[in-house]
Amino acid sequence: MAIGVLLKQVPDTTAKIGVSGGRVDESAVSKWSMSPYDEYALESALRLKEGGGGDVVAITCGPLRSAKMLTDAAAVGADSLMHVQIDGENSLDSTQIQSVLAAALAKAGCDVVFCGKQAADTNGGSTGPGVAMLMGASCVSHVSEVTADGGGYLALRASSGGDERVHVSAPCVFAFDKGSEELRRPNVRGIMMAKKKVIETVSPEDLGISMGESRVSVVSHSPPPEKPPGQKFEGADSVATVVSKLRDEANVI
Amino acid sequence: MDVTVIADSTDDGLTPVTAQLVGAAALIGGNTTVLCPGGVGASESASISGVSKVISVEGDCFGTYEGGAWATALDSQTTGVLVLAAASPRGRDIAASLAALRKIPIIQDATGLEAGLVVSRPIYSGKAMETLNVDGPCVITLRANAFDAAPSGGSADVSTVNQSADVGLAVKEAIAKASERLDVAEADIIISGGRGMGEPSNFSHLNEVADMIGAAVGASRAAVDTWEEIPHSMQVGQTGKTVTPSLYIAVGISGAIQHLAGMKTSKYIVAINKDPDAPIFGVADYGIVATWEDALPALKSELAKL
Repeated sequence: MAIGVLLKQVPDTTAKIGVSGGRVDESAVSKWSMSPYDEYALESALRLKEGGGGDVVAITCGPLRSAKMLTDAAAVGADSLMHVQIDGENSLDSTQIQSVLAAALAKAGCDVVFCGKQAADTNGGSTGPGVAMLMGASCVSHVSEVTADGGGYLALRASSGGDERVHVSAPCVFAFDKGSEELRRPNVRGIMMAKKKVIETVSPEDLGISMGESRVSVVSHSPPPEKPPGQKFEGADSVATVVSKLRDEANVI
Repeated sequence: MDVTVIADSTDDGLTPVTAQLVGAAALIGGNTTVLCPGGVGASESASISGVSKVISVEGDCFGTYEGGAWATALDSQTTGVLVLAAASPRGRDIAASLAALRKIPIIQDATGLEAGLVVSRPIYSGKAMETLNVDGPCVITLRANAFDAAPSGGSADVSTVNQSADVGLAVKEAIAKASERLDVAEADIIISGGRGMGEPSNFSHLNEVADMIGAAVGASRAAVDTWEEIPHSMQVGQTGKTVTPSLYIAVGISGAIQHLAGMKTSKYIVAINKDPDAPIFGVADYGIVATWEDALPALKSELAKL
């Protein structure tokens, strides 16, 4: 059984994001990392494999630099790696990126798919449910844990009243929130083995996908609006002043 | 331009975001049809001003939440070139499924919308803004509180349709929330604590203030990662929840970039921190340089006077 994991390389959440000439300046990003929710998806996929067998296939769609993230995934246990190499994946619209990912999953023979609930760059959250729809699969969103259950799976997902455990059978997609399991760190042997792991690099055309034009185009990026400087007070005695300002100036209490 | 609005609801009923979706639809103009999944909030939706028609979409598939199944059931009632939904957990999920089903693009979490169609949204958790142009039909989800709600006073016709869709999920066990406290994602006032609170039991002081003003209690990532008593559901920030309450009170939170990304668009921010150079003061409307041990009792006694 092939367990697919969709991963995205994004600017590390601690990195500053600069804008230059109306576009986010990617060349100024100090560190690129696996998107945080994707890390939990990968962890859960590895645990599922350890419990019930199968191969974990890590798949990404992105530029050349994303290959490093696939190697990082191999270092913690991903069995095979597929890189759909595309420059400027964030300028594709959702229908384009989802059709590429669904085709990559089909090529790898995955009918169980793990992904993060949203990437830390675009903050969208469309990929999991969208890819599921293209695969004819059920999508379970906001998942924190997945275990094998008979021929299917049990997933713990957030609900409006708390959490619930749902049963689902393949084909299915699990879109991960922060997981309940601690993330594993690579050991030296894992890192050495990962360096030798072959990455299958493909283009959308190799997957039989004709991309067409994006129907969504970026007009501009800009820094977030700056707030005017606030007022600062010394000592707990100023609490009374602040409370009266919250009531009279801000009208929020 | 005709607009289909997917009403935003939870198991507890319609949320206030639905009227904001109708308000945003009015910016674009045209007929606005509101679809109510599972029939939740149909009569309430009909009373929102500017709504042309409400369709209560009912069926067995709405008994269990599955975004793809719900989207399939809503699809046949979807008309027009623009579909609006809430950027809530369910709204994003249903909207993404519907967009994929209709083979049209989706843009999530918009905070601005103009005819044309020009959409603006925060990216990198608010570290930058993006303005997009969309050509042709699309689905857009809108951030809560980013658009003015349409007033009440409407009297749209409500029709009911039955739809079926295959549900692949079965709920085996429901696990109630550990606490009955308000969720930070739904609260209009939030008071959050960081590692500066010293130990997790000191969050009881935040709970007391929260109870006085109807606030939810949040936490920084540092607090959640350090103390297992503080659950991830309380985490505000880039790997937690992005919040936009009217008032956000940060106590003992230094203001790491990840935390600021999740709360800096709050309408008013109060920071209480003993370190005058803490970055949290850079986004605070009102900063108080004091220890929480001094400031929280003072806050409680001032709030008691209101």
